[in-house]
Amino acid sequence: MDSALIPEGVKRCSFGKFAIGIIIFGGVLLWGVYAMLLIWLKGLNQTNMNDYYGFALWIWADLGVIALGGGAFFTGLLRYVIGKDELKNIINYAVLIGFICYSSALLILAIDVGQPLRSWFIFWHANVHSMLTEVAFCLSCYFAVLTIEYIPLILENRQINKVPFFHNLAHNMHEVMAIFAATGAFLSFFHQGSLGGVAGVLYGRPFAFREGIFIWPWTFFLFTWSAAAYGPCFTLFITRLTEKISGKKLVKQNVIDLLAKISGWTMGTYLIAKIIDTWYWASVSAPARGFNLIDFYSNNPFYGIWILIAEIVVCGIIPALILLTPKGRNNSTLLFTAVSLACIGVLLNRWVMVLQVMAMPVMTFDNWVMYIPSWQEVATTILPVAYGIILVMISFRYLPIFPQERELNS
Amino acid sequence: MFPFSFEWIWDLSHMIFMGGLVYALTIIGIGMTYCILKTVVDTMHGKGGGQQH
Amino acid sequence: MKEEGKHKKAKKYGMVINLDECTGCGACMVACMAENNVPFKEDESNKLDSITWMRVYKLTNGKSYPEADICYLPRPCMHCEGHNGHSPCVSVCPATATDYNHDTGIVSQIYTRCFGCRYCMGACPYHARYFNWWDPVWPEESTKYLSPNVSPRMRGIVEKCSFCFHRYQLAMDKAYLEGRTVLEENEYQTSCTQACPAGAITFGDLNNPDHKVHQLAKPDNKHGGRPGNTNVFRLLERLGTNPKVYYMSSREWVRRAGDNYLDDEDFAKNHRH
Ligand code: SF4
Ligand code: SF4
Repeated sequence: MDSALIPEGVKRCSFGKFAIGIIIFGGVLLWGVYAMLLIWLKGLNQTNMNDYYGFALWIWADLGVIALGGGAFFTGLLRYVIGKDELKNIINYAVLIGFICYSSALLILAIDVGQPLRSWFIFWHANVHSMLTEVAFCLSCYFAVLTIEYIPLILENRQINKVPFFHNLAHNMHEVMAIFAATGAFLSFFHQGSLGGVAGVLYGRPFAFREGIFIWPWTFFLFTWSAAAYGPCFTLFITRLTEKISGKKLVKQNVIDLLAKISGWTMGTYLIAKIIDTWYWASVSAPARGFNLIDFYSNNPFYGIWILIAEIVVCGIIPALILLTPKGRNNSTLLFTAVSLACIGVLLNRWVMVLQVMAMPVMTFDNWVMYIPSWQEVATTILPVAYGIILVMISFRYLPIFPQERELNS
Repeated sequence: MFPFSFEWIWDLSHMIFMGGLVYALTIIGIGMTYCILKTVVDTMHGKGGGQQH
Repeated sequence: MKEEGKHKKAKKYGMVINLDECTGCGACMVACMAENNVPFKEDESNKLDSITWMRVYKLTNGKSYPEADICYLPRPCMHCEGHNGHSPCVSVCPATATDYNHDTGIVSQIYTRCFGCRYCMGACPYHARYFNWWDPVWPEESTKYLSPNVSPRMRGIVEKCSFCFHRYQLAMDKAYLEGRTVLEENEYQTSCTQACPAGAITFGDLNNPDHKVHQLAKPDNKHGGRPGNTNVFRLLERLGTNPKVYYMSSREWVRRAGDNYLDDEDFAKNHRH
């Protein structure tokens, strides 16, 4: 039915099957949209946030998707600026995933603010000393860059590409992509970092606060570095998932291997930095403010020391070791386990840096406060996931995302 | 965001921050303008017509 | 350098709250709500989302009879100065919607500018900031009693104690008409200070040696406003928030409850710096 739109020489499932998928995820999407409208119309009283939890599920989701979407800038940097040419076989998908992650982040932010109609104040009345201002500017600019990187892909659709103007535009945009990729990496460095800075600068919150250099707390660098390390893992994770669902090999093993290896090294070095940071925080920063490490992880029903171990060891060191060994990378089950664990690890880190910061009391006569999101918060957090799946389905069906697909499946 | 809003101060932080922003936006702007102009010229010269690749 | 020149004339309004005198009656909370048009909910049982610019906390020493002791601690916004006006909350606001005033030391909140990102709430360790989760609704007849000097706030923004800034403005207006630029100590007092039946709250200019707050707290401006009086302490002094609300108590456990200390830390030594 839609075969004229499908890239030449590749097989896709029947249109009926595709439509059913779209309808199912479309339903989930509509549920999220309903919750979103409720929140916009009735206000944030629709959530379970409160005066202790100014930041909650949404900000975590925001930080999470941006970290996972970090694969786009890092792969782009490796491919266009550093010149790892093989990565051209996965960069399209990385860009698409990044595009989805960043558009989701912007959407969530638009739902999250108390006065959405005033969102532009963050630009107009910008306080350049605030980490959040830096986030807003860099995020929007980088989203523009991702859109620019995604456009040529759309233009390469079989039918659109027949129009000479679009064909030429796609070609010309590819020509200068290195410049956009470099700008994207520059912007990403700052917004990934400033997202880390958001928690790191809170000197009233000893759990979050970190020393640093100049205006940047250590979390600034840790967040950028971890996004570079864990972002590609998410790209690999989604690629593997797409391969499993479509039942096709889409990217050659050497490409996967290269990205996994780079990711492993970045992760390894990140973890060393993270361990040093944690050690310094536990033995110098926190005691100077009257806290023992264990104070951060006790007297409450949820946040135990397990969370630190899960983040650094189980979802950090273990996947890093797998990715660093050729055997681990070549064993598809091990590789998949490693990238999945890594994704969980970075999400855990962002959770801790948002939710645990809010949960922990600072005044001696204050208490830990726990929080469970309302269904409206959950629905609006699932909304971008459904949107992402739909966009991936459409893009995978109609755009030549995987240059090696035809060769691998002929 | 602009020097005419009252919270603006001509200090180092504003110059670095806004400098960085203008720098990034300029590159993106010039890049896209170049692409579009070149595409118009190419298309007028009949490039990319018919069965390409 | 500009700051230093200004510093001589600059005022630094602050409070000293005598915890030995506070009975926990809550008059300050009520007075504050009435003075500042603070909205309330029909059901106020969930304290996690109700607005109390001034909140009285109950502290206990955790011991059993006969050593059991309690203390009430009223907590307004501390109007933290941080380092040179770098207050925890002001420094993070992306939209410049909250500001540190170097002339009065008051941390303001610009309601029409705040877009409700709530970053400032996360930054404040004292939980002095509150979000308007609902539109403010007053029972019909009580709207007549709203203060005309304080604008009510809309849904979706953050608010907090302003040290009754409108009173400062009114006092300054009056002084200006009378050809003065300096206020008398009693010309500008917050609502809670005046409401406290025990007289536990003292308010004034910490930089002015003639004011009672200065005499009680003896702030050491060279060291971030640290109190010079041994019985006076500030909440979470060690974080460096440099608050302008001082507390006073003759009981050591109360003073110790003001900050976090490691178990083996010598509190007395630490507290004396
Ligand atoms: S007490 Fe909280 S709201 Fe008040 S100035 Fe300090 S950090 Fe800001
Ligand atoms: S909630 Fe309002 S005052 Fe607080 S940081 Fe956001 S914009 Fe600023």
